[in-house]
Amino acid sequence: MNPVLHPLTLVTFFPLLGVFVLLFIQPERKNAQRWTALITSLITFGISMWLLAEFNAKDPDLQMEINLPWIQVAGWNISYYLGVDGLSILLVLLTTFLTPISILSTWTAIEDRVRDFMLFFLLLEVGMTGVFLAQDLFLFYVFWEFTLVPMYFLIGIWGGPNRMYAAIKFFLYTMAGSLLMLLAILWLGIYQGTFSVPELIAKGGIPADIQLWLFLAFAAAFAIKVPMWPLHSWLPDAHVEAPTAGSVILAGVLLKMGTYGFVRFNIPLFPVAAVKVAPWMALLAVIGIIYGAAVSYAQKDIKKLVAYSSVSHLGFVMLGLFALNPQGIQGGILQMINHGLSTGALFLLVGMIYEQTHTRDFAVYGGLWKLTPIYGTLMLIVVLSSMGLPGLNGFVGEFAILLGAFGSAAIGSPWYAGFAAIGVILAAVYLLYMFQKMFLGPEGSVVEEVKKLGHSIKDLNKREIVTLVPILVLIFWIGLYPKPFFALIAPAVDKLVAAVQSAAAVAMY
Amino acid sequence: MTTTDFLSILPITILVAWASILLLVDVFTNKQKWLTPLLAAIGLTVTLAFSITQSGNAYAGFNGMVVVDGFTSFLNVLFAISGLAGIALAYDYNKRMGLERGEYYVLLLFSVSGMMLMAAAADLIVVFLALELLSIPLYVLAGFARPKLDSEEAALKYFLLGAFAGGFVVYGVALAFGATGSTALGEIMAAVNTGTADMTLLLIGSALILVGFGFKVAVVPFQMWTPDVYHGAPSAVTAFMAVGAKAAGFAALLRVFVAALPTLYEELVPVMWVLAALTMFVGNIVAIAQSNIKRMLAYSSIAHAGYIFMALVAFGQQAVAPDAVAAALFYLLAYAVTNFGAWSVVIALEKAEGKGLQLDDYAGLGRKYPALAAAMLVFMLSFTGIPPTLGFVGKFFLFRIVLEAGFVWLAIIGVLTSLISAYYYLRVLVIMYMRDGEPEISSPVLLKLTTGLTAVGTVVLSIVAVPLFQWASQAVMKLF
Repeated sequence: MNPVLHPLTLVTFFPLLGVFVLLFIQPERKNAQRWTALITSLITFGISMWLLAEFNAKDPDLQMEINLPWIQVAGWNISYYLGVDGLSILLVLLTTFLTPISILSTWTAIEDRVRDFMLFFLLLEVGMTGVFLAQDLFLFYVFWEFTLVPMYFLIGIWGGPNRMYAAIKFFLYTMAGSLLMLLAILWLGIYQGTFSVPELIAKGGIPADIQLWLFLAFAAAFAIKVPMWPLHSWLPDAHVEAPTAGSVILAGVLLKMGTYGFVRFNIPLFPVAAVKVAPWMALLAVIGIIYGAAVSYAQKDIKKLVAYSSVSHLGFVMLGLFALNPQGIQGGILQMINHGLSTGALFLLVGMIYEQTHTRDFAVYGGLWKLTPIYGTLMLIVVLSSMGLPGLNGFVGEFAILLGAFGSAAIGSPWYAGFAAIGVILAAVYLLYMFQKMFLGPEGSVVEEVKKLGHSIKDLNKREIVTLVPILVLIFWIGLYPKPFFALIAPAVDKLVAAVQSAAAVAMY
Repeated sequence: MTTTDFLSILPITILVAWASILLLVDVFTNKQKWLTPLLAAIGLTVTLAFSITQSGNAYAGFNGMVVVDGFTSFLNVLFAISGLAGIALAYDYNKRMGLERGEYYVLLLFSVSGMMLMAAAADLIVVFLALELLSIPLYVLAGFARPKLDSEEAALKYFLLGAFAGGFVVYGVALAFGATGSTALGEIMAAVNTGTADMTLLLIGSALILVGFGFKVAVVPFQMWTPDVYHGAPSAVTAFMAVGAKAAGFAALLRVFVAALPTLYEELVPVMWVLAALTMFVGNIVAIAQSNIKRMLAYSSIAHAGYIFMALVAFGQQAVAPDAVAAALFYLLAYAVTNFGAWSVVIALEKAEGKGLQLDDYAGLGRKYPALAAAMLVFMLSFTGIPPTLGFVGKFFLFRIVLEAGFVWLAIIGVLTSLISAYYYLRVLVIMYMRDGEPEISSPVLLKLTTGLTAVGTVVLSIVAVPLFQWASQAVMKLF
């Protein structure tokens, strides 16, 4: 097949076409720019649907691979190698799904330098999709580092008052981790002779002590991205300052690059080390769950609350992944999607009210339900989904994770799952507290403030509802009938778990 | 003189003869100021074309004092392109700054010929000759904006420290001769191998040579002159000097240490390790404190010398050295392209009397001149080492060599200092894109062309890097 028209190449690089078109639209024609970006991202989503149609859910291996020699000189063995399997298919779909939604959410929120905004947004999509599809470590690193640049600008140009600080902090924090990973990638390239991930996994045979170092170097990059406690301090700043669409993509997709990195690289490449450190990772995950929840409860800023809730929710994902059994990892992967949907929707909802009131302080809100019933209803559904109410998506993932962690041989103690369960209760506390403060009780002072400006708080308009409905559909779908989603993930996960167990068993003797 | 002798120095001869003719042309043309630069560019283009045809060949001339191999032709091409970029950057800049004098281009050609001689030198005496031939025109060029005090100070400082460094080199050469009875690199190697050399004396001599060229390429602690000279010299000269003189210095270091002195590896490796680490640290950390873009780029060039120096640290490991030289050459190329691009942006914003050189003068560039700002974005990312840019691929190559040679901690220092460097390169982006201002630029065609070509080159060459790698790897095969 023609490498350019290969579905994986297309889904990754199609947004570049939109970038190219945008360059030729005059800066004043803002609507044309918005439509160009939206249509580009919708077509990209369409291509990803084609990908899903071609995808064989029963096959645990990489599919639709494209592997062309790229830099093969002087002992280098670097390829343009893309592939998709059960570990990544849903994340690719999440990326192409959330991008048009985010673009739609900026329709009235972004008025300044629209063209640049759309340009960076589409470039970001290229980077993110590339991260999930790359099967060559060099190529992966290129996409991984590349995502920093557009996100840096999205926060730095269109962000809140403290945006420059947040943008630089985001960039430097993430880069610090990636550079250590770069050295580990180089080590693998030199001593294993290839950068291709499947080849590296097949080759194996890295001594246990070196595995540990390499594991830690990769983990440095991914743990910062997730972010795992105690490396999370960039996240609240970045989220609070980022524009709504930036927050949605940051929480929805960029953080998943970290958790995905653990499943795709850390666990299969360094299985012995993964088994060895599993209890420690679980410990950090549980601390993150409890800490994130507790700090969320203490926030006065809605966006900060959601940001810290991400630390807590991604703790669950990490706990599931390092259970190193099928339930845990499947739950972890599904929970990545769930978190992308719920938290993405939460940020969208917060952004929608912020556009009207220009404040995110709880204290001034209250009694919104009467004024904005549609907004209130949608918010309630999303809050309940984020809490993990049975029947909605969050429950399915968290339940599988807790089940996996409870019986995990690698973690070795049910106590971790026990403490993590407390996090579920805490999530209910801080999310319902937020909901109550905003929507129930007496009318908050913000209503008066907005009236003084000559207009009143309006309920969601059609565009905003259209933005949210696709997410809500998925929230219910995954909550009520998760089987097709698990069916996509399961074969690849089973293969991964089997490989880890046999590698760890070999290391024992 | 045989044909081989003649061929081996042909690019240099063309340039020197051409420069001498240009001196005369310049005397007789007062009105047509465009003629000298045009002719100079033609001369360089001819040399460039000839250097490209030379690649793949290997021969020695003048009883082995001069060699032409892949290493030479790779660097010759780099030097010719640097010369062309130097002319393109200077043409309108000199007019704007009132420096429009034909000698400028003549001096530039002489300096390029010195650099080319350096790349071909296989004898310590020739190394010294080349050093002087490339440096003396640069001393004059640094002071070209006289009677501006900054420029005069730059010239004097550069001259004094350059002469000082030259002294170190000569003394080192003398000791090496005393120790081995020869100045030819091949014979020095042979004397060491047969055991007739006085190793202590040779060690002292080579250490002195290291110090002398350490000044030239500006590694810490021999970097003190760099910020003042880079800041005081006219920007077009600085751009040329930052690439050409550095590349020539590294050419000498690589040739002398890899080809003649690998036996001193054990003794010199700790010293070089420390030099590389110090240079990366000091260059990057001090750059953070700069508010003037020229000074910031000066410290950044020091830092990059540190990265390239990492490749030199592996000079004595037979298995790694060829790849290390290739990595250094590739990085020099990446640095050259990015550096010329960045300086072209600096020149676009620079005004008379040293105005327009503060970082704050870049505020609002992203809004007002999106194309220029986008180009600067590419250069800053390349300096930082973010893909998809040449700087990233260059660093990837370098770090690989460092790890392969077993210097894990040096590699860690390298990535750590890259992180530090991200801070000040990002600051340029912050100012360009996130602050408001009303920058004024001048954009003559040649300057635009330079910025555009280097920006596109920085990205595109990083994606299709294979031929470049191959070229850089071939460059060194013939050296051994």
